[in-house]
Amino acid sequence: MYSEKVMDHFQNPRNVGEIDGASGVGTVGNAKCGDIMRMYLDIDENHIIRDVKFKTFGCGAAVATSSMATELVKGKTIEEALKVTNKAVMEALDGLPPVKVHCSLLAEEAIHAALWDYAEKNGIKIEGLEKPKSDIHEDEEEEEEAY
Amino acid sequence: MGQFIYLDNAATTKTAPEVVEAMLPYYTEKFGNPSSVYGFASANKEAITAQRDIIADALGAKSNEIYFTAGGSEADNWALKATAEAYAEKGKHIITTKIEHHAILHTGEYLESKGFDVTYLDVDEDGIVRLEDLKEAIRPDTILISVMYANNEIGSIQPIKEIGRIAHEHNILFHTDAVQAFGQVPINVDECHIDMLSASGHKLNGPKGIGFLYIRTGVKIRSFVHGGAQERKRRAGTENVPGIVGLGAAVSRAVRTMEERSAKESALRDYMIERVLEEIPHCRLNGHRTKRLPNNVNFSFRFIEGESLLIMLDMKGICASSGSACTSGSLDPSHVLLAIGLPHEIAHGSLRLTLSDETTKEDIDYVIGNLKEIVEHLRKMSPLYEDFIKKNS
Repeated sequence: MYSEKVMDHFQNPRNVGEIDGASGVGTVGNAKCGDIMRMYLDIDENHIIRDVKFKTFGCGAAVATSSMATELVKGKTIEEALKVTNKAVMEALDGLPPVKVHCSLLAEEAIHAALWDYAEKNGIKIEGLEKPKSDIHEDEEEEEEAY
Repeated sequence: MGQFIYLDNAATTKTAPEVVEAMLPYYTEKFGNPSSVYGFASANKEAITAQRDIIADALGAKSNEIYFTAGGSEADNWALKATAEAYAEKGKHIITTKIEHHAILHTGEYLESKGFDVTYLDVDEDGIVRLEDLKEAIRPDTILISVMYANNEIGSIQPIKEIGRIAHEHNILFHTDAVQAFGQVPINVDECHIDMLSASGHKLNGPKGIGFLYIRTGVKIRSFVHGGAQERKRRAGTENVPGIVGLGAAVSRAVRTMEERSAKESALRDYMIERVLEEIPHCRLNGHRTKRLPNNVNFSFRFIEGESLLIMLDMKGICASSGSACTSGSLDPSHVLLAIGLPHEIAHGSLRLTLSDETTKEDIDYVIGNLKEIVEHLRKMSPLYEDFIKKNS
C-alpha cells in the first residue's frame, strides 16, 4: 500500500531525535487520531535551518512524512521552509494512499508550529506564517453512513 | 509455515488439506444441482444432509436447525433483521453489547433507523458483559438478546450459559455470534439456551464464503433470501455444495482435534503472555487472563502506534493485526479496546496475535525477540515516550 520511498523513510527515518536548546519546537496532532509529530529546529542568525530533528507517534506514513519533511527543510532559509507544503512532501515520497494524506498535512503543520515557536521566542514576525492549528483533524467531517 | 509466521488466525485460517480434498469432487464430477431429479445431482442433497448432521452434532442441535449461509456476516444480519421483523408486534427492543463484530453493530444501527430501540451493553475491563447490566436492560418489549460467544479482538469468552438462562427466564430470544468460538471451544445450544447461533467456515480451517445460522425449532424467523425452496424455504439460492462439504469436513476436523489443539495453543498463548508482560515494559494484556480463546493474545504497547508495529513485524515475516481486519480500514481505534476503557493512544498501540495448531514455541520465541526490538525502536521515535521519560526522570 506504500511506495518504496515511503517504506524507505519509514524503515530508515532521517533526523530522528531531539535538539537540546532548539530555536523552535512544534508539536501537532493528537493521540485520539493516532498521530503526534514533534519538530525541533536549530536556526542560525541568518535565518537558515542548520539542523532539524523529529519524533513521531503514528503510522508508517506519519513517520515517513516527518522524515521527508525534515529532509526538505534542512539547510533552507525560513522563507524557503515555509514553501515546503504537504504536496511537496507527498510528491517527494512518490505519493500516499488517500487515507494517509492527512499525515503529510501534519508534517507541514509541524514545521510551521516549530517556526511559530521560534518567532515567538525571538519576538519576530515571519511573513506568511499563520498560527498553526494544534489539531489538523478538527475540520474533518465524519463520514456519512449510507443504508 | 516456512517463509512466514502466520499469527492472524482470527482474521482467517489456512484451509486444511483434508477440507480441500473433500471439496474438490464437488467442483468436478459431482457438480450437479442438488435440486435436480437425476441421480448424480440429487445425491448432492444427501451430501448436504450429511454435513448438516455433522454440524448439528457438534452443537447438540437437530439437523434441520442448521441453515447454510454465505458466512458469518450474513448469519448475523439474518438473525437480527429477520427476528426484529417477525417479533416487531411483541416489542421493538433489542439488547446487544458494545464489543460485537460490526456485522452485529451496524445491523443494530440499521434497525434503529427502522424504529427499533437497541441497547448496547458496556463490558468490564476484561471485556466481559456484566449480568447485572443485562438484567437491568431487559424491558417488557425486549424481543432479542444478542451477545457474542467470544470476542474477535481480545478473545474474552462471555458467560453465555448465564446469559442464555436470563434470556430464557424472561422468554426473550437469545442469539450468539460464535464466529470466533465455534470449533475452538465446546458449545452446546441446549445447555446455554441458545436460540440462534452464527458461525463461519474460514475461521476453522474451512473455506471462505460459507457459514451457517443455527435456528432453534419454534423460533419464528422469516426468510432472508427469497426464491427457491432451498434451506427449508428460509434461505433461497442453489446450495454452495463444495463450500458446504468443506465446512462439514472442517467441523469434523475441529471437533476431532479440539481438545489436543486447545491444550497446545493455550500453553503457547500463556507462555507468550507471560514472557511479553515480563520482558517488555509499559505493556498490558487486553482481555481476560484466563476466560479467553485458547489461541488469542492481545497486547497494548504504550507510546507506539499499531500500524507501524504491524509493518515492522511484516518486514520480519510475521503476520499479525491491530484490532480486527475490518477495523484497520478506518483510522479510528478499535471500538472493543475503547469499550474496555483504554484511552485512545493506548488503543492505537494494540497488537493481536492469534495462533494455530501449526504454531511452534520457536515461532513464539522468534516473534518475542523481534517484538522487543521493534517496540524499543518505535519508542525511541515517539514524542509520547519522550514526554513520559522527562516527566519521570
